Amino acid sequence: MTEATQQRSIVLILARDLASMLATPMLIVDVEGAVIFYNEAAGAILGRPFTEAEPVAFEDWGPAFDPRDVEGKPVALAETSLGIVLKERTPAHRTLRFRNAEGIERVVESTAFPLYARADEFVGAVAVFWGKHEED
Amino acid sequence: MRARIWGSRGSLATPGPETVRYGGNTACIEVALSDGSLVILDAGTGIRGLGLSLDGRRPARIDILLTHLHLDHLEGLGFFTPLWDPATDLHIWGPTSPVQSLSERIATVLSPPLFPVHLMDVPSSVSFHDAPQGEWAIGPATILSQPIIHAGPTVGYRIQERGRSLAYLTDHEPAIGSDLGSVAPEWISGFSVARRADVLIHDCQYTEEEYPARVGWGHSSTEHVATFAGMAGAASLVLFHHDPMHGDEQLEAMLRRVRDLYPHTDDVALAREGMEIDLSPGSAAVG
Repeated sequence: MTEATQQRSIVLILARDLASMLATPMLIVDVEGAVIFYNEAAGAILGRPFTEAEPVAFEDWGPAFDPRDVEGKPVALAETSLGIVLKERTPAHRTLRFRNAEGIERVVESTAFPLYARADEFVGAVAVFWGKHEED
Repeated sequence: MRARIWGSRGSLATPGPETVRYGGNTACIEVALSDGSLVILDAGTGIRGLGLSLDGRRPARIDILLTHLHLDHLEGLGFFTPLWDPATDLHIWGPTSPVQSLSERIATVLSPPLFPVHLMDVPSSVSFHDAPQGEWAIGPATILSQPIIHAGPTVGYRIQERGRSLAYLTDHEPAIGSDLGSVAPEWISGFSVARRADVLIHDCQYTEEEYPARVGWGHSSTEHVATFAGMAGAASLVLFHHDPMHGDEQLEAMLRRVRDLYPHTDDVALAREGMEIDLSPGSAAVG
């Protein structure tokens, strides 16, 4: 890739714009699975706001939240909704329990779906999630 | 590389006494490469005059780069005289669509009941190409095309030859996807096409007062184009896609506003029919 072409896909730019205007928690990863943006509502659930630092790989970012199923059994990153999308490039949904950056236990419904700019061009994925309840 | 503007109006051809200085024809720019190759940016009504001017100097192959398929960028194609010459080898490039091929979409306009002749019946050899995302070559020039924010599939083009670059973002609303003043360049639509271009031809359809009522229509205000061009570091800026409701005096007021907002260079101009842009090495660009 030359310097001239180093730019986010227009689909990701639009997705980020949509996310920034939503009260629905929304997180965006790029084609490599790097977390490139999440909105304020997602930051409130994750326990820390998104900062304009370098993108962080999902596999480096995810384990810190110790994802588990509703019974408390560990869930591999590849089995989270985003993990499934990145692996299979199909929509996925599941309920997850995790500990956020402030140490608060959260249970969320998470739906993730792939972003295809063209039929054969996967550019990333979006996850939206809803907090089910909070256990302090 | 030399460019000549044959149409700079947006949305609707607007002839009349109020538009004589900058012209009423819709988008079309001729780009002549150093080896004689001819590239045409968009096929608005301005392409009719361009076609007529080619008599006696017409290359066998012509490449038309369509930014998108709104009528003001396509409606002149049927009146482009080389289209009706069996000797013409015409290559039409345009944005991809998830629904229809480029030829199917163009044929929607160039066929009855909107046009008397079916596209398949024109005598010239016409080939259709999805504009690649990235770089490719036409003659000695490198072309970069990338999707940009407008209403529907749209691309911006950058033409580079012998170290000089022309960026063309005619219908573009980068402000819909980003707060231009605060986001990193990688998150700004069209940035890589415009980055450090010698000449940036950019949408400037609205005043700042008009824009709030037209958010999402796919165009830029005076403030947006000044901010975008400043971030991109364009050496020269040409304001394009003039609103059909704006007469010459209104356009000149908009030019003054952009110059106030864009202090990086005094090389800001309104696109006008007949404007020549010289991008040969060492030239001063906008004439």
